[in-house]
Amino acid sequence: MTISPPLDAPPTPQGHEAAHANHSLTGFIIFLCSESVIFLAFFTGYAVLKLSAVQWLPSGVEGLEWRTPLLYTVVLVSSSGTVALAERCLSKGQLWGFRAFWLLSMAMGAVFLYGQAIEWRSLSFGITSGSFGSCFYLLTGFHGLHVLSGILLMALMLQRSFRPANYAAGEQGVIATSLFWHFVDVIWVMLFLLLYAWS
Amino acid sequence: MTSTAGVDSRILKAPHPVPGAPDNWKRFFSFNTDAKVIGIQYIATALFFLLVGGLLAMIMRGELITPEADLVDRTVYNGLYTMHGTIMLFLFIFPVLNGLNNLLIPCMIGAPDMAFPKLNAAAFWMVPVFGVILMASFLVPGGPASSGWWSYPPVSLQNPLGHLINGEALWILAVALSGISSIMGAVNFVTTILRMRAPGMTLGRMPIFCWTALSAQTIQLIGLPALTGGAVMLLFDLAVGTSFYRPEGGGDPVLYQHFFWFYSHPAVYVIILPVFGVFSELFPVYARKPLFGYPFVAGASLVIVGLSLIVWVHHMFPSGVPQWMRDVFMVTTMLIAVPTGIKVFAWLATLWGGKLRLNTAMLFALGGLFNFVFAGVTGIMLATVPVDIHVNNTYFVVGHFHYVIYGAATMGVYAAIYHWFPKFTGHMYYEGLGKLHFLLTFLGTNLNFFPMHPLGLMGMPRRVSSYDPEFAFWNVIASLGAFLLGVSIIPFLLNLVSSWVRGPKSPANPWNAIGLEWLLPSPPPAENFEEHVPTVISGPYGYGTGRPLVEHQDEIERALLKA
Repeated sequence: MTISPPLDAPPTPQGHEAAHANHSLTGFIIFLCSESVIFLAFFTGYAVLKLSAVQWLPSGVEGLEWRTPLLYTVVLVSSSGTVALAERCLSKGQLWGFRAFWLLSMAMGAVFLYGQAIEWRSLSFGITSGSFGSCFYLLTGFHGLHVLSGILLMALMLQRSFRPANYAAGEQGVIATSLFWHFVDVIWVMLFLLLYAWS
Repeated sequence: MTSTAGVDSRILKAPHPVPGAPDNWKRFFSFNTDAKVIGIQYIATALFFLLVGGLLAMIMRGELITPEADLVDRTVYNGLYTMHGTIMLFLFIFPVLNGLNNLLIPCMIGAPDMAFPKLNAAAFWMVPVFGVILMASFLVPGGPASSGWWSYPPVSLQNPLGHLINGEALWILAVALSGISSIMGAVNFVTTILRMRAPGMTLGRMPIFCWTALSAQTIQLIGLPALTGGAVMLLFDLAVGTSFYRPEGGGDPVLYQHFFWFYSHPAVYVIILPVFGVFSELFPVYARKPLFGYPFVAGASLVIVGLSLIVWVHHMFPSGVPQWMRDVFMVTTMLIAVPTGIKVFAWLATLWGGKLRLNTAMLFALGGLFNFVFAGVTGIMLATVPVDIHVNNTYFVVGHFHYVIYGAATMGVYAAIYHWFPKFTGHMYYEGLGKLHFLLTFLGTNLNFFPMHPLGLMGMPRRVSSYDPEFAFWNVIASLGAFLLGVSIIPFLLNLVSSWVRGPKSPANPWNAIGLEWLLPSPPPAENFEEHVPTVISGPYGYGTGRPLVEHQDEIERALLKA
């Protein structure tokens, strides 16, 4: 058991730091767990609506084209790997390596979003075209917002990397951002299976 | 003697140099990051909305004192009950409990503040914002949301005037903001409890209030996103014309009910669990006995979290769900009675043979326990599918949940406010006014909500402004009870304000209670123990055992007495 210092002992700097330790990573992980429930709710709603539908696809729509989206899926999923490489560089102290891989991951996220936009423009149905259209645009749109937030978070971390000695003792923000990015990727894989593969 | 001198100087000087010196009122109207200021901000805001929601309730009871719809228009009445429910849940009971969490959790576990003070302040300031949004819906064309606090489609999707900004849209916006604020709060509370406990305070030595807060906030984290997801789809259906819940486009209105109740039933445990915590804190203090069965009371909270996530369909027994679902959810709902029963028996065993001190706080706790047991009995009745279908949408249901939310939860909140009032204001409250408040509240609660049970069994539907004259007798009694409850607020507010302004000074530990918060001066300084966090060496509630709670306890107590 730890023994507390006598009450008249002068406050130690360690004691003060312990009382004001940074718990953002814990908080962020708790938030991510909570955030996953909202996707779970959307997935469940999608499955229920699809399973109980009399006519699922809007008239005139045969199904979703899956080859091009698969390509963008590969891009997004590989960006999880480049994020991991960036973190590895950071832990070795190679700041420029970190920045390069980090920027590459951001670019891959942006390419994915671009692909999403192209796909949205090419589709013959809209968000009001029955439950299918509603679900498709809600799920892809909500996920797209997360990709966008991820890119913005990464931009913030990149900017912070130019502050002198900011990452000297490891950076919780980078770990949190990369966790968020992996989370967004896993969600997309599930979404791809639900929307494109399950027909 | 040098050590006591050190403590003296800490305690004497600590409260004054901080920006929030006790008589500096401006801090309560600022973006202050001190959890104790935020706690009081939450409680004051919540009490304001209690008055608003209570006023709406009294207009309704005024309408229901006669069988005819003669006081307000029927559409106005629809808006009244919708707003009453929404205000009381999202703007009174959740904020007031978050206020207690903010005041108590850091002090009880020996943390200087919450884990994320700025997030904490931001979460609080969202409350007045969505409060204003909700109130503004009285002013938009078409009036406020009128589809009941649960906003079931297709009723909630009606928008006859066709405005984009309508009562229902503002309602969804307010509820979504409330959800975001609560999730921000929950992340904060859970992180604080898990990561910032005093040395030696293992989970097994944590006060029960912290256990119940941890359990309740876990439910928030799991449940609220589902409600938010469901509400987003409702907003899209209403504003954009999507077909998640619109049957004509292939949507399913019952799907919304699943989303809604997946959160909103566990929300009842979010409300009642901290109140269980309050009971568990107060009974040992005022019975001078250790809490009976501490590990079981703590564990029962976690069991309630688990069970609370698999009971929601009991709100939907008449909604066309398959029979197997009814059977499963009837059993899981009844199982909830087991952990709750464990707690009730633990409290009774704590009280048994104790030397009871019946001050206002204890009276409210005992009254709350009494009402809770009554609500538990009607709860088991409602869990039974045949009974539930018989009394569905009648006043029986209304009576049941008002016993829970006013009779048990709000009375528990009053108990907590009285018990910890001296600690956080530095002043004692007036016992006479407090006991008057208790008497009026207890009588008013039972007069108001008991008659709803016979009314429901007789078949009086809820949410109607006129009724058959055969229901008049019980309705008159219920209305008188409602007005009595309205009156009961007067001694309460009078007591709070006058004793804070000019009540006698409170010592650090007026109730001879055991707990880290009672080893702080009243009111505690901004950072609580700062760097001098004591090391906890035994479990909580050591009444009559003579075991000290922390190292150097004598020293700390002597210093507090001198100060």
